Amino acid sequence: MERETEIELARQLITGRPEAFDRFVEHFRAKVFHYTWLMCGQREDAEEVSQETLMKVFENFHDLREPERVRPWVFQIARNACLSKRRKSVFAPSHELSLDQFLPARNGNGVQAKLEIADSAALPDQQALQSEMAHLLDKAIRELPEIYRPVLLLRDMEELSTAETAHILDLTEDVVKTRLHRARLAVRQKLDEALRHA
Amino acid sequence: MKLYAMPDRDENCERIFALLSEYLNQELALERCQEIEAHIANCPPCVEFAESLRKTVELCRRYRPSELPEPMEKAARQQLQDAYQRMLLARVP
Repeated sequence: MERETEIELARQLITGRPEAFDRFVEHFRAKVFHYTWLMCGQREDAEEVSQETLMKVFENFHDLREPERVRPWVFQIARNACLSKRRKSVFAPSHELSLDQFLPARNGNGVQAKLEIADSAALPDQQALQSEMAHLLDKAIRELPEIYRPVLLLRDMEELSTAETAHILDLTEDVVKTRLHRARLAVRQKLDEALRHA
Repeated sequence: MKLYAMPDRDENCERIFALLSEYLNQELALERCQEIEAHIANCPPCVEFAESLRKTVELCRRYRPSELPEPMEKAARQQLQDAYQRMLLARVP
């Protein structure tokens, strides 16, 4: 569903037109489930947090002053519900990724130094994701340290802006940019390694 | 796999490397974009790396997790419907 359609559904719900209810629920339930599943890692938790998030969304719909912000608003509620859920369960510390670890490997030294890069032509571009690639990508994203996953999800999958993502995650825009770059590099590296060994 | 000779260009490549996501997101100032474009015009490894990163971003944008939520139970849907109705009633003057 395009963002425009989401905004229109939100507008209808705010003005008390319940015919938009089912479409809104189906659409955002899947989105929130994906987010919480990636963050919590457990199906049961993801189902529970999705329901809790949608409850808060409908209880507080009158707080949504600008329907244009419905997507970041829902994700902000989901993020808070997720954090709350995690606080009740096991706390898993996260770690930072350094830029250096993603610099392509070098062979040799000095003026003859060489940069090794797998042939990117092997990465599928326009064609549909092959199931093996989807599996690799799924694994690469799930293996990202926890602080990077929501940034990649909100920026690349949900196509929220840097400012919106920073607001939801309570980070500065610079931190969002740094984490996004490192998350993408980490995913690229995993795919690269998998393609080298394919 | 491709191997490229990179005489005396490591620092430039590393600086470009740090900015690639912002470049792909079109979040850099024009001056910085021009600097990157000038560099990669003569640096096949950076072109190759930027291309592989661009494709990774494309894949991430199309990615949807393999797990799907279970079909929603009637009672759960009713809870949401009730919450929505309560919200509408509460805001009527």
